[in-house]
Amino acid sequence: MREVTFREAVRDGLAEELERDERVMLLGEDISLGGVFNATPGLQSTFGPDRVIDTPISELAFTGAAFGAAVKGLRPVVEIMFGDFLGLVVDTLVNQASKYWYLTNEQASVPLVVRSAVGAGARLGACHSQIPTSLFMGEPGLTLVAPSTPADAKGLLKSAIRYDNPVVVFEHKLLYGRKGDVPDGDDALVPLGRATVRRSGTDVTVVAAMRAVELAIEAAETLAEESIAAEVIDLRTLRPLDATTVVESVARTGRLVVVEEGPPSGGYAADVIAAAIELGGPVAARRVTMPDLPIPFASTLEDAALPSASAVAAAVRALS
Amino acid sequence: MGVEPRSRDLSADPDDLARLYVAMLRIRLFEDAVLRLFLANEVEGTTHLCQGQEAVAVGVCAALEPGDTVAATYRGHGAALALGVDATALMAELLGRETGTNGGRGGSMNVTDLERGLIGCFGIVGGSIAAATGAALAAQLTRDGSVAVAFFGDGAVNQAYFHECLNFAAVRRLPVVYVCENNLYGEWTPMASVTAGADIAARGAAYALPAQAVDGNDVLAVREAASAALARARNGEGPTLLEFLTYRHKGHSKVDPGAYRPPEEVEEWLGRDPLLRLAAQLGDDAVEQAHEDAEGELERLLDAARAAAFPTPGAPATATKGAAA
Repeated sequence: MREVTFREAVRDGLAEELERDERVMLLGEDISLGGVFNATPGLQSTFGPDRVIDTPISELAFTGAAFGAAVKGLRPVVEIMFGDFLGLVVDTLVNQASKYWYLTNEQASVPLVVRSAVGAGARLGACHSQIPTSLFMGEPGLTLVAPSTPADAKGLLKSAIRYDNPVVVFEHKLLYGRKGDVPDGDDALVPLGRATVRRSGTDVTVVAAMRAVELAIEAAETLAEESIAAEVIDLRTLRPLDATTVVESVARTGRLVVVEEGPPSGGYAADVIAAAIELGGPVAARRVTMPDLPIPFASTLEDAALPSASAVAAAVRALS
Repeated sequence: MGVEPRSRDLSADPDDLARLYVAMLRIRLFEDAVLRLFLANEVEGTTHLCQGQEAVAVGVCAALEPGDTVAATYRGHGAALALGVDATALMAELLGRETGTNGGRGGSMNVTDLERGLIGCFGIVGGSIAAATGAALAAQLTRDGSVAVAFFGDGAVNQAYFHECLNFAAVRRLPVVYVCENNLYGEWTPMASVTAGADIAARGAAYALPAQAVDGNDVLAVREAASAALARARNGEGPTLLEFLTYRHKGHSKVDPGAYRPPEEVEEWLGRDPLLRLAAQLGDDAVEQAHEDAEGELERLLDAARAAAFPTPGAPATATKGAAA
């Protein structure tokens, strides 16, 4: 166990899997120099230019090629520099990679990982700040991973690389500098498809992912001073959703708030609430999301658009 | 454009010619049957026939080696059959039967047979280009000596897939051959009216790729060009762009009788039918024998494919291999 940053955890996870399995390879823009978020420094000099490939700015080509290479037995890990650029590879992910196992009658699966930096708060404007999970939530065959800590960044990524099916890993760009204790090797593995309880409580369940987990914990601390005990669940995997952990918690607390850094419609927050009701019965629930607008640039506007700990606390109070 | 048929060496091996003829004839007759079954509503949905383009599929696939990978298009019956995909399983797939290549899950636009090297037929225009590029990337990294071939139409050369992948493959010197079947129409629209320059082979130069326009209705010319390109790829010399000029005898899909095409153009191309041209080089006996064999095979495969069961709804199925780990 070592204390490292989220970005170092990503790099270490990639390095360990490149070392462990010669079928693993990386593709992305500027990755030999570390990439824009410096998550891959030194990997090309260690593993060579055939396995760590600097690509042209052609997301469709290198992600599409990664799909073909995955069918043929490689385990490519693609970096899409900003999540906003995932729109360029929707065809590969939605029409090809995620359908292949089923449509080919299980002739081959597609062990493809796509990592992408997402999230607002860095004053990068509407097309470098989104978390486009909603583009993929409805896609059978696709797994969506969304870590909130350095340990999960490494552990979920390693599990994704070892998984036989396509996975998109959303890395929140404001988390890259966060530090935390991270295990090495197989001890670091974190299972896909399982949420975790970050803070226990009995009065309300607050569900979040990525940076919003920090907001939920901050809100829980504030609420504790008001004698409201909030349980905070970190989804970690958005699809498939770990409904069991949510339903179990809501059965105890009877109240549910879901925090999503994204627009109010079509998001995972709605899926969490739907699962809680379908599997557990009626529940008082609220969502905390962003407004139905593009993400603005100006700091005053962007800060106001982002979910906040105070908005989460207010949503909880509204249910009490 | 304007590639003239070349005169043929009369000493060509008659057995070789007969094999090529049979391969093209099997596709022609198979698709005649697909059309009949479609009109009888036994083949449901839609269908995209490659009749008239058989020489491209057969000529290219005749030049492949075991272990090579092919990515084809939604007009892919010809490529699948030429590659050796079981014709009964292919027909069963078009009929939505559980014995189909994809168990009835894919349909004609997603035919896949990895054992035969067919990584897929792609329903998205240009999708085959990326799949083959990726297979070539895998071949290069694993040094398995294989080559990948992407079939695509003239419509795909205006897709991002084409430009991005040719550039990527060129800079990585990937072992891939890009095979454009230029049948002069992208769906219902004349290629020249939506394709700047109207010269597809010329686009290779932009990516520093060797490229060649070849008579795609001359199966021997197709095989010769494909062999040279495959050899380049296998020798580590990188990708090649081949443009095969050919013609679709039928419309784009089921809803399209192809009425937008001038009758004299259709007549001219029917006269350049790749089967007629090869038949002229074969003796009458050989042609007759080929028809007898192919018709017998077709009858048997139709019986077998139609006798197969439909897949059972509710049978266990997952969109992923294994559970979330």
